[in-house]
Amino acid sequence: MEFLGYFGGVFEPWAFMLLLGGTVGGLILGATPGLSPTMAVALLIPFTFHMSATHGLVLLGAAYTSTVAGGAVSAILLKIPGAPANIATALDGNEMAKRGEGAKALHLSFLSSGVGGVIGILLLIFLTPVLAQWVLKIQTPHVFWIAILGVTVIGSLDSKSFVKGLLSGCIGLWLSTIGYDEIQGTERFIFADALSGGIGIIPALIGLFAIPQVLDMMAKGRVDSLIEALEVPKQKLSASIRELTKYVRALSIGTVVGSIIGLIPGVGGQIAGLVAYDQSRKMSPQREKFGTGHPEGLVAAESANNAMVGPSLVPLLTLSIPGSPTAAVLLGGLLIKEIFPGSDIFEKHPEVVWTFINSMLVGQILMVFFGIMIASWAAKIARAPAPIMAAGVLVLAVFGSYSVGQSVGDVHIMLALGVGMFILEKFGFSAAPLVLGLILGPIAGDNFTQGMTLAAAQDGPWVYFFTGTLNIILISLVVASIAYSFWNNMLAPGKKPAAGPATEDAK
Amino acid sequence: MKRLFKTAILAAATLAVAATGSFAADYPDRPIGVAVSYGAGGATDFQARIVTMVAGNADILGQPIYILNKPGAGGRKGWNWFATEAPADGYTMSAYNIPHFIAQSIKGGVKYSADSFEPIANWGSDPAVVVVGKDSKFNSMQDLIDYAKANPGKTTTSGAGLFVGHHIAALQIEKACACKLAYIPTKGGGAAAMKAVIGGEVLAGINNLSDAFRAREAGNVKILGVADLERNDFISDVPTLKEAGLDVDNSSVNFRGLMVPKGTPQAVIDKLAKQVPLMFAHERVAKRMKAGGSPMKIMNREEVQKMWADREVVLKDLLKGL
Repeated sequence: MEFLGYFGGVFEPWAFMLLLGGTVGGLILGATPGLSPTMAVALLIPFTFHMSATHGLVLLGAAYTSTVAGGAVSAILLKIPGAPANIATALDGNEMAKRGEGAKALHLSFLSSGVGGVIGILLLIFLTPVLAQWVLKIQTPHVFWIAILGVTVIGSLDSKSFVKGLLSGCIGLWLSTIGYDEIQGTERFIFADALSGGIGIIPALIGLFAIPQVLDMMAKGRVDSLIEALEVPKQKLSASIRELTKYVRALSIGTVVGSIIGLIPGVGGQIAGLVAYDQSRKMSPQREKFGTGHPEGLVAAESANNAMVGPSLVPLLTLSIPGSPTAAVLLGGLLIKEIFPGSDIFEKHPEVVWTFINSMLVGQILMVFFGIMIASWAAKIARAPAPIMAAGVLVLAVFGSYSVGQSVGDVHIMLALGVGMFILEKFGFSAAPLVLGLILGPIAGDNFTQGMTLAAAQDGPWVYFFTGTLNIILISLVVASIAYSFWNNMLAPGKKPAAGPATEDAK
Repeated sequence: MKRLFKTAILAAATLAVAATGSFAADYPDRPIGVAVSYGAGGATDFQARIVTMVAGNADILGQPIYILNKPGAGGRKGWNWFATEAPADGYTMSAYNIPHFIAQSIKGGVKYSADSFEPIANWGSDPAVVVVGKDSKFNSMQDLIDYAKANPGKTTTSGAGLFVGHHIAALQIEKACACKLAYIPTKGGGAAAMKAVIGGEVLAGINNLSDAFRAREAGNVKILGVADLERNDFISDVPTLKEAGLDVDNSSVNFRGLMVPKGTPQAVIDKLAKQVPLMFAHERVAKRMKAGGSPMKIMNREEVQKMWADREVVLKDLLKGL
């Protein structure tokens, strides 16, 4: 309960102003495609040079929290996931926005972000020493199996056809092999300089999600009668909160999945949202509504990606190992103030660390408050006529993919993937499994090669990958997940999730 | 008419000369970009942001420096871009990491070599150190080498990748002790390699001195040796590998500094070579670097040119047959 003593530092005028500024600024930065949480925090580091350690960290913590949540805005309204964390948010969120329920989607997204985020920070406050030991137990073979577990959900993610889902996943896995192999330095499928660093995840996200819909809007724009005039009904906050209480299951799944996955260095933020989305779909009686603008998926995804924020700081604060690119930037922010993270950080710098953590707790609540304030007017974007919308999204897509590495090559990659995806969508493929393949490919591949080298110096691959409690638990999960998909898709024919209400199918 | 034409050409030529002259005199008249071949938040990015923070002072360059991150493929993407596409006008510099880019160019498959770039100055040197977990049975380099000799190829040793300082140090140790380690290049850089050591996934690790220093302060690792010519002020109790009886020099030390593409006007190079070391030596820079546990080593253009040439010879020999 020691942390309670340090709330005073958060509400000190200067610190609180930074917290407010960081939160509002972070929401705006997060909502801008291409500006990921990592970049937002890196941009702020030079400003912290002139502040005290506590103030600097309050600013960085506030920006981290709110950029993660802010990414939901462009994901929902424009179907441009600002960062991998928001992919799953775009799936149902954008469908809701298209129906005119953008304000509701934003309300739910910020509320569930807040719930997940607060629980995640509480875990950080109370369980850090225990969690730090867990982090060390997750080793190369385990991360490999976790990535394989992710691969098993590809087929069922946001696809009307299981086989087409798997095929899109394979395309994604293949795309992920492009570029220099980072360890050996071997060239793979590099035909143009722009591809030498591989396909960047942010240009890929923007291209795969935003460009097909721009092309769709342009196609529809040629036929006047197809331009939809949307009414955006007013959304009461109390109604949104009532609605959220209907999705306690999705909220709990999201928070639990997000907190656990957030702990795993190098994997966390990228897949937490997608895994939570998939799990909550599998456990939902209204499974077939997912992907059509069902709030449950949105709630799971958003609670997961903010629940991840707290636990992702555990390895950073206690072991001095940054678990994510954003945490690496935060480490820089700590070092420059002569604060060396380690298991004794809470004894050596209680003032700084507790104020930092407390400010993130308060920041979560401010983030919900400001997020909801901007929700109602931001949702009006959906009323923009299709031609303006298409042009606007295209501009943001080019801007976002360029700004990642100030590289025109990334813009070309973004456009090429976008046009390819537009054609694939016409044949019933979808972007989400493809992106999941793109994310998981390197994680599985690198941990496999690394595991094989380690195994070769020890007792061989069989012992290394297939024995040990954690390996066996993960392998069982993989088998269960494959069996589930097989049962659902192969042995239960005649189920057409897309057709009609079909509630009698859901058991 | 003909004469008029001639005069015009002459005038244009004079103008062009005047423009070049004034170009160098006015340089720099707008902000300068520094490309970093690693992501935001990495050690190179972090240090580059600190050492360039006083560039805007009138007595340094009079123009601010901003950082451009071009990460990918262990630095290859950024340096490929810098060697082939970056304008050679002095407004785009790049951070270099030695031995990385020289080792990569020896290995091949990239569009640069040491001849593609002109060094300006060096700001930092981060030696590789040998670390083991805090509960490890190894307490000295001797313990580790004895084990490696008894169990060839079983001494799992993590490092940040292939053809980086950590890898070079591992190769040098193997050569010096005539024994075989099992070098494990981890994806995710030094941080992932350090986690493998702390978590007991590997028996030993080779890592940056700055990161190992922090990990030791936090009580997570023991540092057995430094791959440098002299002991380091941050960890003066740790012997060099040479003291520990291994013939390992400073070839694996990770040097960081600034460079420009070949073809940059000599006047610009001269101006940068004169001013940039002053920028690195600024007291505010030194204070921040020390606070962050980042060892500094300022070298001027001539010293860096020599260091690059020396490194190339050693690395060519070491990487032969790999």
